[in-house]
Amino acid sequence: MKTLKIFLIVFLFMSFSELKADKNSDELKSKILKNIRCLICQGQSVYDSESEFAFSIKLIVDRKINEGLKEEQIYEFLREKYGNWIVYNPQFNKNTYILWLLPLLFFLAGGAIIYRKTSNKNEK
Amino acid sequence: MKNKVSIFLVIIFLSFCFVIFYKGLNNPNTYSPKIMDKKNIPIFEAKDFNSSSYLNSEKIFEEDTFYIINIWASWCVPCRTEHPLLMKLSKNQSVKLIGLNYKDNLNNAKKFINELGNPYSQIIIDNDGTLSIEFGAYGVPETFIIDKNKMIIRKFIGPINQEILEQIQLIVK
Repeated sequence: MKTLKIFLIVFLFMSFSELKADKNSDELKSKILKNIRCLICQGQSVYDSESEFAFSIKLIVDRKINEGLKEEQIYEFLREKYGNWIVYNPQFNKNTYILWLLPLLFFLAGGAIIYRKTSNKNEK
Repeated sequence: MKNKVSIFLVIIFLSFCFVIFYKGLNNPNTYSPKIMDKKNIPIFEAKDFNSSSYLNSEKIFEEDTFYIINIWASWCVPCRTEHPLLMKLSKNQSVKLIGLNYKDNLNNAKKFINELGNPYSQIIIDNDGTLSIEFGAYGVPETFIIDKNKMIIRKFIGPINQEILEQIQLIVK
């Protein structure tokens, strides 16, 4: 009886861990698909799109996850095929550094102006 | 003096914004992947159109020659218009045409080939579209040129026309 109990506990634990693994891979799949742009319905993510292209990309992403590829490796695979534009989150490189650095520059310039104004007021 | 500097800076900033937006508005807002990038051919296994046996990419591209991969489907109207040009291209001895039948009904595809002729030395089947993704395609028809080093050297999105046919003939010469 005791052995049966132990067996049942182990069995339940194993099935739950499998469920958890499935849930994790589903979450990862959704996350990746939401970050990939559909090239047919531009402006929509692959996750939202119903196009034939999006359907095939969903299958490919599923296959790559099952093959054990990490999220970044899947993006890299798609970038190699379709260019940087396919991923919503652009990488920091020579074509995108203005995009990444300009907001930071504006933030610093704005901060500096505010700092100068407030310190001038305090002096007065 | 201080005011003049501020006005000058504002004008510079506004001009900068104007140039950025003007350039942005003039750019086409639909993206299509680059067509000149060199890429390795993917490693894959695909079903043969005629025998239903599986072929691997090494076997398909085993000869030391230029290959053209043409993605087509019987339901694709532009594929019909480019087909006579593919028939013309198939007469060129320095190139081998491989057809990639995309998400098609096998009977309809066979009818299409029987009706319009078969320009391909080999046809492989891509039922779920994943093989086309491996090639970097996103629709039908698309055509890829593969050189003797088994690199994809050029791709053409959309149907082939006379001008593209001449370009292909020039590349594979």
